[in-house]
Amino acid sequence: MSLVNFTAREITCKIVYYGPGRSGKTTNLQYVYGRVPESRRGRMVSLATQTDRTLFFDFLPLELGSISGFATKFQLYTVPGQSYYNATRKLVLQGADGVVFVADSQARRFDDNLESLQNLQDNLLAQGVDIRQLPVVFQYNKQDLPRDLILTHEEMDDALNFRAVHSFAGDALHGTGVFETLRGISELVLKRLAAGAVAG
Amino acid sequence: MTVTLNPLYRFDTFVVGSANRLAVTAAKAVAESPGTVYNPLFIYARPGLGKTHLLMGLGHAARAIDPNLQVEYLTLDEFVEAFHAAIAAGHGEAYRKRFLDVGLLLVDDVQFLTHRREMQAELLRLTDALQTTNRQIVLTSDRPPGEIEALDERLIRRFAGGLIIDVSAPDYETRVAILRRKAEERRAAFADGVLEAIASLDIDNVRELLGALNRLVAFQAVSDKPIDAEQAKAMIGGAAGTKAGGDAASVRRGDQQPPKVATRPPQALAARPDEFSDFLSEISATVAQQVDAWRTQIGAAILRWEGEGYRTGRLQKLLEQEILPDPAQALRDFECDVQRLRDMEAETAELAADLVGSAAFRDPADLAAAESLLARARQGAVPPAAPSPLWRMNDWVEGPSAKVALEAARTVVREPGSRYNPLVIVGAGGTGKTHLLHAIGHALGGTSSPPVACLSAPEYTGELIEAIDRDAIGIWRSRYRRIAALLLDDVHLIGDTDRTQDELFLLYNVLLESGRQMIFTSAVPLADILGLEPRLRTRLEGGLVVDLSPPDREVRERIVARELEAKIGEADPGLADHMAARPADSVRMLLAHLQRVLNAAEARHVQPTVGLAREVLDGVMPGPPVEATDAGRPRRPPGQRSSGIVAPTAGGARSREKMVWEWPELADRLLEDWR
Repeated sequence: MSLVNFTAREITCKIVYYGPGRSGKTTNLQYVYGRVPESRRGRMVSLATQTDRTLFFDFLPLELGSISGFATKFQLYTVPGQSYYNATRKLVLQGADGVVFVADSQARRFDDNLESLQNLQDNLLAQGVDIRQLPVVFQYNKQDLPRDLILTHEEMDDALNFRAVHSFAGDALHGTGVFETLRGISELVLKRLAAGAVAG
Repeated sequence: MTVTLNPLYRFDTFVVGSANRLAVTAAKAVAESPGTVYNPLFIYARPGLGKTHLLMGLGHAARAIDPNLQVEYLTLDEFVEAFHAAIAAGHGEAYRKRFLDVGLLLVDDVQFLTHRREMQAELLRLTDALQTTNRQIVLTSDRPPGEIEALDERLIRRFAGGLIIDVSAPDYETRVAILRRKAEERRAAFADGVLEAIASLDIDNVRELLGALNRLVAFQAVSDKPIDAEQAKAMIGGAAGTKAGGDAASVRRGDQQPPKVATRPPQALAARPDEFSDFLSEISATVAQQVDAWRTQIGAAILRWEGEGYRTGRLQKLLEQEILPDPAQALRDFECDVQRLRDMEAETAELAADLVGSAAFRDPADLAAAESLLARARQGAVPPAAPSPLWRMNDWVEGPSAKVALEAARTVVREPGSRYNPLVIVGAGGTGKTHLLHAIGHALGGTSSPPVACLSAPEYTGELIEAIDRDAIGIWRSRYRRIAALLLDDVHLIGDTDRTQDELFLLYNVLLESGRQMIFTSAVPLADILGLEPRLRTRLEGGLVVDLSPPDREVRERIVARELEAKIGEADPGLADHMAARPADSVRMLLAHLQRVLNAAEARHVQPTVGLAREVLDGVMPGPPVEATDAGRPRRPPGQRSSGIVAPTAGGARSREKMVWEWPELADRLLEDWR
């Protein structure tokens, strides 16, 4: 995917929210959707199961308007977290410019987080993408839950953030950390332009 | 320690409203006559209402009225820090004295005096001292003196003794005025009602109001259309985004619907104003920074190359484009051209030093100009006229008349530039000056590099005129600056040529300083050259001036013998003697005589003899006396042409030499016909 199209003068960023099931990926998108003026957002498409679990993916296109002469679009995707939807995850992951790994801060989801992160790494590798080369940020969601149920930001960093990338404490339901996370990943993605890695 | 007054914080940039009118009036009064009206002046206001602006404005105004007034602005923290530093350094007294010289002391944020007993005592002492000497002190705080915790009662009384005045929050009109002024300063235009809408919001802090304006400016910059009042209000006032029913929790719980493609309803979320605008602003900045990184690169390159003196119009044009697909290549191209200019300039420096630094070597957009300049330099680099290889020292016939000159020439060849510099050879025409000059030139190296310049003064002048004509004087000069030696023939001909003499003078100095040999010849003594500048004459005379006399008999005989030997092999042994015995001022004349004899011999198919020489040169017929004609004139021998003008024989050799003996047939006939 061409991140910057000089000919069409477009910047398109595909950002995928990845993470274990029920970690809050869709909630992140819903919060963003709620904060974006109507004129700037496309239809948020969700394929949900009966229990409102993401079946296929969520897609939220954001039109940021003309920035420095470029029509700038963000496409936010979530993947279904459940392990049996791996084919879908691979599909959604294709051509991603950046990944937000939404981890569930609850201590009992510790293994799910690790498993999902491993799965992300595998799926990227299958597409020939080294996770170390891709902009990734972490969001440790549900930090609003009682302290005894969750791991702290530092503990989550210790557990997941081996490469010391940007990480954000989040409470997606109430919006804490949602835009910070989005901003973090967006900047990383856009900064890749400078290196010319994806300029087309 | 002291902060410089912010130039933007002036009274004329301070929006006055009912809430701050009194404070501004008091401040202006103080600025007009510090130390007399309200001393101390104590201004308090909540943060963000313009205390610092007012304080600095007062400082500016006071300084504008009395440029000699010493104004000092500092925050209380700085005041404290400086005091502690001074005490630690044992300069406490000096610190106190320092403020006593200040005419107007402005102290910001004195609310931090809380619990600082020693500083309160210090400020009290300072206030008293300043008041006593009619010097002004103005203080600001975010609360009235009485509310500053643990403030010395005496200080409160001192402040109360001056004027304590507050600045309250701006009213609606003031807020509108502030927004308008700031929008104008930022050259931002908003739709009608937008600023009023913002002013109507419950923002009574000027700093926050300006923050709101900044956000509007940023948002409008990335919006397709101007924002209207409602949008602005929503954006700033916390009503941004669309709020609808349902919250995230309920979504999480789900509504037991079968799988479907659905547009999710927007969430009703806790009000967090401007999250999206903030996000957008930051993303805009990042995109601008990253996507337009090439502009930064080009901008940096422009600064760099301009700093190095190169023209950067070409790069500046690039900045006018919206997109530059390959900035790195553009910069490489530019650098490549700059390098080319440098190379050309370096080469030119070798050829024509005065062309170095020419503007043509500073514009990578116009390489052609530099190339043309280099071409000119190369053209000018053609070495000056070299000594003729025909004249060599070995051909020179040595005799007593030329002994000194020849010895000097040999010395010069042996030790160029050191013994006789310059060497000036003075001799009449035809004495062999030019021969000797070229011979020396040849012996000095001839056309080797660096070359020996050997030319006549008129040629030198001619070149100079041509160089002036081509505007290539610098190149011409450089050409001569590179030579190994200068051999200038007939220097007597540069009299009255001012510019040639100037140039020769310059060249002379350059060559002399660098120890390069110069040889001049002159047909007249230097003192007799008319129009020769004294500075040049004295310099020429400062070298070695040698005379080249007309060839003596011995020289003449050897020259004739050599010529006869070269041309006809064996000749009448008496001929050389006869020729040498004839008077001749110069070798040239001698050779001309000989040539005439040889021509006559060739015409008659006989060997040149003394008799023939006498006949040809002196008009004396050989053999028995010639029969007298009717007119009593000697009969012309058959085949001999004559002009009919017969010079007297005695002492008439010179005149006879001037006669034309050999007439072209046509001329001969015409002349005869005319007779």
